[in-house]
Amino acid sequence: MLIAAALSALLALAVLGVLAGAEMWRHRLVYFCCMIASLALLAGGIKHLGQTPGTGPAIVLPIGLPWMAAHFRLDNLSALFMVVVNLASAAASAYGIGYCSHLPEPKRVTPFYPLFLFGMNAVLIADDAFMFLVAWEFMSLSSWLLVLADHKNAENRQAAFVYLVMACFGTFCLLTCFGLMAGGEGAYSFPAMRAAKLDGVSGFLVVLLALLGAGSKAGLVPLHAWLPLAHPAAPSHVSALMSGVMTKVALYGLIRILFDLHGEVPWHWGAVLMVVGGVTAVLGVLYAIVQDDLKKLLAYSTVENIGVVVIGLGLAIAFKGSGEKTLAALALVAGLYHIVNHSIFKTLWFLSAGAVITATGERDLGKLGGLAKRMPWNGVAALVGAIAISALPPLNGFVSEWLIFQSLFKGPSLPHWAMKFGVPVVGAMLALAAALAAACFVRAYGIAFLGRPRSKAAAEAHQVPASMRLTVAFLAVMCVVLGAIPVTITDALSHVVTPLTGVQFAVSADLGWPWLSPVSSTRGSYSGTVLVMTGVALCAVTLMLARLLGTSRIRRADAWDCGHREDIPESQYTGQSFSQPLRRVFCASIFAAKESVDMPDPGDNRPAELKVRVIDPIWVGLYAGIGRVVDFIADLVNRIQYLTVRRYLLMMFATLVMMLLVVAVRQSQ
Amino acid sequence: MSAVLWQVLQIVLVIGISPLITGWVRLVKSRLNGRIGASPFQPYRDVYRLLQKEAVVAHSASWVFRAAPYVTFGSVWLAASIVPAFTTNLFLAQAADLIALVALLGVARFWTALAGMDIGTSFGGLGASREMMIASLAEPAMLMVTFSLSLISGTTAPAQIIAFILSGGVGIEVSLGLALAALVMVAIAENGRIPIDNPATHLELTMVHEAMVLEYSGRHLALMEGAGMVRLTLFMALIGGLFAPWGMAQPGDGALAVLVGLGAFLAKCFILATALGVFETSIAKMRVFRYADFLGGALLLGLLATIFLYVSEAV
Repeated sequence: MLIAAALSALLALAVLGVLAGAEMWRHRLVYFCCMIASLALLAGGIKHLGQTPGTGPAIVLPIGLPWMAAHFRLDNLSALFMVVVNLASAAASAYGIGYCSHLPEPKRVTPFYPLFLFGMNAVLIADDAFMFLVAWEFMSLSSWLLVLADHKNAENRQAAFVYLVMACFGTFCLLTCFGLMAGGEGAYSFPAMRAAKLDGVSGFLVVLLALLGAGSKAGLVPLHAWLPLAHPAAPSHVSALMSGVMTKVALYGLIRILFDLHGEVPWHWGAVLMVVGGVTAVLGVLYAIVQDDLKKLLAYSTVENIGVVVIGLGLAIAFKGSGEKTLAALALVAGLYHIVNHSIFKTLWFLSAGAVITATGERDLGKLGGLAKRMPWNGVAALVGAIAISALPPLNGFVSEWLIFQSLFKGPSLPHWAMKFGVPVVGAMLALAAALAAACFVRAYGIAFLGRPRSKAAAEAHQVPASMRLTVAFLAVMCVVLGAIPVTITDALSHVVTPLTGVQFAVSADLGWPWLSPVSSTRGSYSGTVLVMTGVALCAVTLMLARLLGTSRIRRADAWDCGHREDIPESQYTGQSFSQPLRRVFCASIFAAKESVDMPDPGDNRPAELKVRVIDPIWVGLYAGIGRVVDFIADLVNRIQYLTVRRYLLMMFATLVMMLLVVAVRQSQ
Repeated sequence: MSAVLWQVLQIVLVIGISPLITGWVRLVKSRLNGRIGASPFQPYRDVYRLLQKEAVVAHSASWVFRAAPYVTFGSVWLAASIVPAFTTNLFLAQAADLIALVALLGVARFWTALAGMDIGTSFGGLGASREMMIASLAEPAMLMVTFSLSLISGTTAPAQIIAFILSGGVGIEVSLGLALAALVMVAIAENGRIPIDNPATHLELTMVHEAMVLEYSGRHLALMEGAGMVRLTLFMALIGGLFAPWGMAQPGDGALAVLVGLGAFLAKCFILATALGVFETSIAKMRVFRYADFLGGALLLGLLATIFLYVSEAV
């Protein structure tokens, strides 16, 4: 009831958003109401998660296709994702209250924002294919309009176009996928699909299409190309949701199809998913490391995290397909935990990026610096987010990666040779991605928030409004909480996993509350709570020892800098110089990264220039090729555009004859 | 109860003997260089002297710069408290496994790198950038070592791995040898030793770790240097414990066994520190961009250690 009311409120808010016009307080009101609606949905989700696992209440509305009612249902999986989506949307909406007045054209954002929230939530509670796809398109199109919010920028229009094409491709794949699952009778409701048995070929195609459809929305390599274009183009609170949450809704679709509707995915698909996830994770973070645009960097980092989740999902499928139900549950819990975590720290970072843009007008790392001192709230919150996203203890990112590693380490116990040899390789990829993510966020945080200001705008940065500071602080606290009490989270997640894997499973079964012990107590355990307490105690002892044995005097002075006393902020390391060693080691072959130095002759007044060129092999190799093929076909088709009426009639006649022939041949068989 | 007692002893032990181990390595190196060298107890005096001095902090520094030494030292100390040195009967043994250990070292590195960038000098950024490049290969290599050990022993907890090896469940394994080689290479990189980094120089072309802590002074510098010393001890305990766990006391053993364990640990540290000194004097430092080959080799060895398990199983 609560959920239905909140969803209708979101639709009404869209109308209000249209009426808001130029009055800023009306826009603020809409965001405030969006926040209330998100909180209501969040409460609904948490309430359902707290209940025992099982099928949730189903609602049938007499709308939709003429011969079919609309089915909605909230089960544990939907409830979990509802929590994920609405926690972040509540934060983004609260942030919007302060942020909307900084947008160039707030009235191009406010009406579509509630629709976007509505679309994402509707995907989660849809219980038939038709409603699912309608909601999916709702989500895609409203976010497309939000990407177009700043339409005067040619780059944004280009981004929106690419996004639209990819969204159409994804929906097409999902449509076909559901069509296959619905079978000949057209049973479009999810319970009917669950009951249906898929034959070999359709089973194969369903998984492939689900992977392409949901994967293109989630940003799996090589379908990630739209993501780093579209996410930065939208206003920051929208990009936070697109990156932190909409990709999760896509993963929800993938999990719903692979674990629930399809039910029996063979183990080798798990291997495929793991390889795709591993490649996505490593490539995503490598792309991120070479970015100078803060929001692009964050978008690529999302690609990495989606890869990490997909590794977990792939493992779960491999385990489930091989009959290792408990391990499948473990891997799935790990993947879901990472989904929850990423939605929080990525939202946190995108909102921080929004604050940086508001305060300085810059999102180029090369023009930032020293913001931690001028924006202390954002400085601390972004640091917490950076530690969490780099998967460092004791914050939440580490716990989920730890669980994924624990389940990976059990992967070779499967009897398949591909898993025995492949899992260590995927493990190495995951470890590489985690280490590179730390490098990436040391770079992002160190360049933007630490050091000396690299431009006038950064030097004059000011605090952002309270609503924008409080939301990032709240998300930072969530990062700490989710890391310090992991067992509470995994217990909630095992409720979600039980119906999907068919086993009752608790990560903490052996040792009790503060201890995570995935397989058994002797197989490796972790306790964020104990670690935090000991760590804090040791740091306190360190502080005391330093005070006791030495002095606590401090003198402020100029930086020593090896005796180099000139105050030139430009002499600092920049984003590009920071990534140079990594670029040389990893990107020289993958991205054909090249550096060229243009050194003017003596007497020449031109400034010396160092240029870095990075080529995206997937754009050049895949999308440019597809573009050429599409152009070629379009040229061919162009010829039928200028035929005479007689010729058009001839074509129609010929087509009719062909169709009749086909019917005749089929009937005679 | 005894687990808590031994845990406290372990916590005190690792910071107690770390300066001695560092001092011993320096002494070995100076003797091999034909110098008399300072007493092995010199690092204690150095740290104490630094603690006495006031800390000079640049105007451009933020709070990160001042917090980083404490966080770095605290997390390295915490990591060292988890690695069983003389007994596996430790209170914290269940709180973190090898994966968490790698990550705790990552926390220390993360903060040191940020501190290096905080002042806004070119050297700090240079050190941070190179350190993260080294870590991006060393961390996966260490996780691969963990992977192969966990496949052999069925666990990622160091105490359980040691118990498994001590129980004689494992013979001579090719994988263990490969994993050991990888771990030694990682240890060299993580501790900033030759051929990756030279802990004794302040030359811009060679330094990585020193470049990051260049702006530190007084007690902050003492903590940063101390963290480096504890890290060296940690890796010695790790190599000595996982690959030569002989003498280690087990849960249920009495105080005598713990004494034997302590003796064995000190002996292992002495041997490893001497070996490190000899190794460092006999090899030249690499160019920065050769690190990738060295550490890529470590990563590959770690991966091979895992895969060899199945090859040897199948043959």
